Amino acid sequence: MPNNANDHSSDASMPLIHFAAVQKTYDGETLVVKDLNLAIEPGEFVTLLGPSGSGKTTCLMMLAGFENPTGGDIFLRDQRLNNVPPHKRNFGMVFQNYALFPHMTVEENIRYPLKTRRLPAAEADRKVSEILDKIQLRDFAKRRPAQLSGGQQQRVALARSLVFEPQLVLMDEPLGALDKQLREQMQLEIKHLHEQLGLTVVFVTHDQSEALTMSDRVAVFNDGVIQQIDTPSNLYEYPANAFVAQFIGENNTLAGRIESVEGERCRASFGEGAATGAVLGPALAVGDATHLSIRPERVKLNGAARDLPNRLSARVHEFIYLGDHLRVRCALPGNDDFVARVPVDTFDSHLQPGDSVELGWRDEDVRALDAP
Amino acid sequence: MTTTTLDGGAVAPTKGNLKSRLRRAERLRKLKAIGLVAPLALFLVVVFVVPIGNMLLNSVDNGSLRHVMPRTAASIEQWDGQGLPSEATFAAFADELRDSRSGGGLGSVGRRLNYEDSGYRGLLMRTLMALPPASDDWRETLIDIDPAWGEAATWQGIKAAAPPRTDRYLLASLDLEREANGEIQRVDQQDRLYQAVFQRTMVIAGGVMLICLALGFPLAYLLATLPAKTSNLLMIFVLLPFWTSLLVRTAAWIILLQSNGLANQTLITLGLVDTPLQLVFNRTGVFFAMVHILLPFMVLPLYSVMKGISPSYQRAAVSLGAHPFAAFWQVYVPQTVSGVAAGTILVFIMALGYYITPALVGGPADQMVSYYVAYYTNTTNNWGMAAALGSILLAVTLLLYLVYHRLVNRKQMIGS
Repeated sequence: MPNNANDHSSDASMPLIHFAAVQKTYDGETLVVKDLNLAIEPGEFVTLLGPSGSGKTTCLMMLAGFENPTGGDIFLRDQRLNNVPPHKRNFGMVFQNYALFPHMTVEENIRYPLKTRRLPAAEADRKVSEILDKIQLRDFAKRRPAQLSGGQQQRVALARSLVFEPQLVLMDEPLGALDKQLREQMQLEIKHLHEQLGLTVVFVTHDQSEALTMSDRVAVFNDGVIQQIDTPSNLYEYPANAFVAQFIGENNTLAGRIESVEGERCRASFGEGAATGAVLGPALAVGDATHLSIRPERVKLNGAARDLPNRLSARVHEFIYLGDHLRVRCALPGNDDFVARVPVDTFDSHLQPGDSVELGWRDEDVRALDAP
Repeated sequence: MTTTTLDGGAVAPTKGNLKSRLRRAERLRKLKAIGLVAPLALFLVVVFVVPIGNMLLNSVDNGSLRHVMPRTAASIEQWDGQGLPSEATFAAFADELRDSRSGGGLGSVGRRLNYEDSGYRGLLMRTLMALPPASDDWRETLIDIDPAWGEAATWQGIKAAAPPRTDRYLLASLDLEREANGEIQRVDQQDRLYQAVFQRTMVIAGGVMLICLALGFPLAYLLATLPAKTSNLLMIFVLLPFWTSLLVRTAAWIILLQSNGLANQTLITLGLVDTPLQLVFNRTGVFFAMVHILLPFMVLPLYSVMKGISPSYQRAAVSLGAHPFAAFWQVYVPQTVSGVAAGTILVFIMALGYYITPALVGGPADQMVSYYVAYYTNTTNNWGMAAALGSILLAVTLLLYLVYHRLVNRKQMIGS
């Protein structure tokens, strides 16, 4: 069973949001979200990450109030949210395509949540003006959304969801429509806003690098279940299962079997007669099938591999030059598409495709994970 | 053939050379474009520009007097309208009246003059019968034949028909007339008709438009928000009326709405009314039938606009604290303005020209401008009046359209 329980009920301080055994089905046959338990602390930046159809957006929509849980409860501190209509939840929300109202100016868009809250005009003016300065779009206040660039629209959408100082901000793949450079810039901008304003953010994305860049914690969804929820570095270094290892960052997988266990470590066989030491993943015992996960940058080549405990010869398919590093694709027993990532300066330029190379890695760089 | 451009700087093409080559290349493209557009342009000219221009000309055309009796027309224009015209006019008139018997133009002249006074045709026939081959004093001869020729009013009528253009049809279409002294005034109370007809046309078209909007908006919203499978089925029902002829649909309404028709029987069976309601051959019937026929023209543009509005706008408004009704009204409805504009203008303009439906299911007090246009073209052969009514309807429609366009443009603030 994946580690999806994150039970804070014993904590004295109450989490801001608490999903308790939440389920959701649309058709009454398949559960899109199965038994979701998740607690979000005030001030946290939590990302729901997963492939499409994994249930992450459904979770966000349930939190926003646009979908009702089929089972279980959602709490805002000690208040049960299930029957609170979305317009009374006081959450800011940024939509995938911004959903800026095309018939209103930038200013009117940002003022809209203040209007619905019947804020006095003077106070609304002040808040709109403040946030316009913050997003540096004062000169564009009278324009319509269609006259703005994608990045500017994104900032307006952000401002509109923040201007009424919501207790929680929900973001549904807000950067999906931007090009790569702008997306990376906006990731940092959102992260800085989160830090400056002390926001609590729930962010949905399918882009793992976005999740790693921005989040305090990332919940990796697959098949309606949180596979692992942890800090970005722990997700990368200590994936709980093969899905997480595969989904976060680059990964080489070797199908194998646990031969022996020694505390935290184990030995596993793979391919035809090859074996390696590895860190033992959760819920595995001798004789179990396993997926051995090795990050490409931990694999050393030839000279650098000489002193490593696990060594293996492989045949090179091709070299891919990427400026700061080279990717060496090679075949070894049990995996025809094994990738090693080598810094350009340590690379032996005489190697040719078809040559045989020696690969090596340390025991602690391999994780034996359950085979799905 | 070697071209100068191939060997680069050696023989650089001169400026004029490059320009003329560009022009040649562009000309070919232009010719192609014109060639592609030409059939449509020709079609438009033939079926649209020419007939409408013709109609506009007809509405001010003064009839055939100048063609049948050119000399009479020329000389009577010299006359100041006081007393009697000169002997020359009398002589020219007598001459041309005689010639018109063989030329065959007398009928159309008589018809035209009859619009001035219904006695002219008889007077012309009588005069022609009694006309001697020659006379020294045509004035006396004609007055002898019929004393009417001694009255200034008779000649004033002919003078009115002499110029090539007249505004009498346009004025008559607005219940106005020109007095003998040239002043424009309203016609007598009992003769006033067309102002009321135009008003009625606007009221019926406007009413149909509003009812269509009230019925069509929710329907289009439903179609746009339902899953594709259901909405496609419903769309077939919306379009179903197009599959039967307009006449059949109108006749069906008569059967449904008549005194012992299905509608009345149902109402009586349900005990809602005791005696049958008058639902057809009055304004109610006109509205029923016209709304039914025009509703798809409201639903389709609305649907196409609504289909393009992402549901995330309303969700965004709700997430920002707006009640769902407020979100709908403040965020959804303003985005449908272009569809509402297209649908209402389409229905209104189509309703303005309706003829068969009001003629069949309406009473005498429900006939619209088109009915009178048809009456003048088919029954009395008065092309001038038909064209004048049509031209004024066209002008009013264009005017309303301009006003509307301006209003909608002000409201429709979506930057595209």
